Amino acid sequence: MADGASVAGRQSAVQEKRIEGLTMLIFSGDLDKALSAFIVANGAAAMDIPVTLFFTFWGVNIMRREGQVQLLEKKTFMESMFGWMMPKGPNKLVLSNMNMGGMGTLMLKKEMAKKNVYSLPKLIEEAREQGVRLVICTMTMDIMGIKKEELMPGVEFGGVTTFVSTANEGNMTLFI
Amino acid sequence: MTEIDLKNIKVDKTVDARGTACPGPLLEAKRGMAAVPMGGILEVLSSDIGTTEDLPLWANKVGHQCLGTIEEAGYWKVFVKKGK
Repeated sequence: MADGASVAGRQSAVQEKRIEGLTMLIFSGDLDKALSAFIVANGAAAMDIPVTLFFTFWGVNIMRREGQVQLLEKKTFMESMFGWMMPKGPNKLVLSNMNMGGMGTLMLKKEMAKKNVYSLPKLIEEAREQGVRLVICTMTMDIMGIKKEELMPGVEFGGVTTFVSTANEGNMTLFI
Repeated sequence: MTEIDLKNIKVDKTVDARGTACPGPLLEAKRGMAAVPMGGILEVLSSDIGTTEDLPLWANKVGHQCLGTIEEAGYWKVFVKKGK
């Protein structure tokens, strides 16, 4: 049973190779979870830690543009339905808890503004300014029919390999 | 540094982040530090008590030096010396 030792040895070699880096897999499209993710991302970036946010499933909606977008190709009926039912961008997200038909979300936003907590659009802008990498999962885009032109400018596109290789190089990974 | 030393310190720049909540003071400190010369001192005013814990950690991490904190009426002054 030399395997135990060799696995431990291999693990410590991997640990040594790891550099600083925060990678987040943002699966959720809830307002409160997105706020937490972007606050942590901004804090880490301010501490000179490279940050990559990988948006998948409902998380992709956080990075959608608001309003009508001129599409390069027409969507199928199902894709249009998905696009219509899901929130378009950070201002349209709702709380994961105590939303109460939108009233809870409204109250939270009011309270945040009163107490000068950065809004989600402001946090996204700050993250971008600090050089946080924003990667959108192309598989999600494909299933839900979200087109590149519907997403905020400056985002990158990638798949599971992008996420795993980035996460593997860094020392912190979070699933939101 | 003692509180008296800190009170008489000559600062190169003051960032007033009072009224903003986490991560506001941190991001404003980072932005403000860009305008401070090497070895210069940045003073950050914050009404968020978390800042007194966060800024020393940030300074330490990115290569600055936190000189200390003074508590004023309803806010804190944090002094950071630019090291990088």
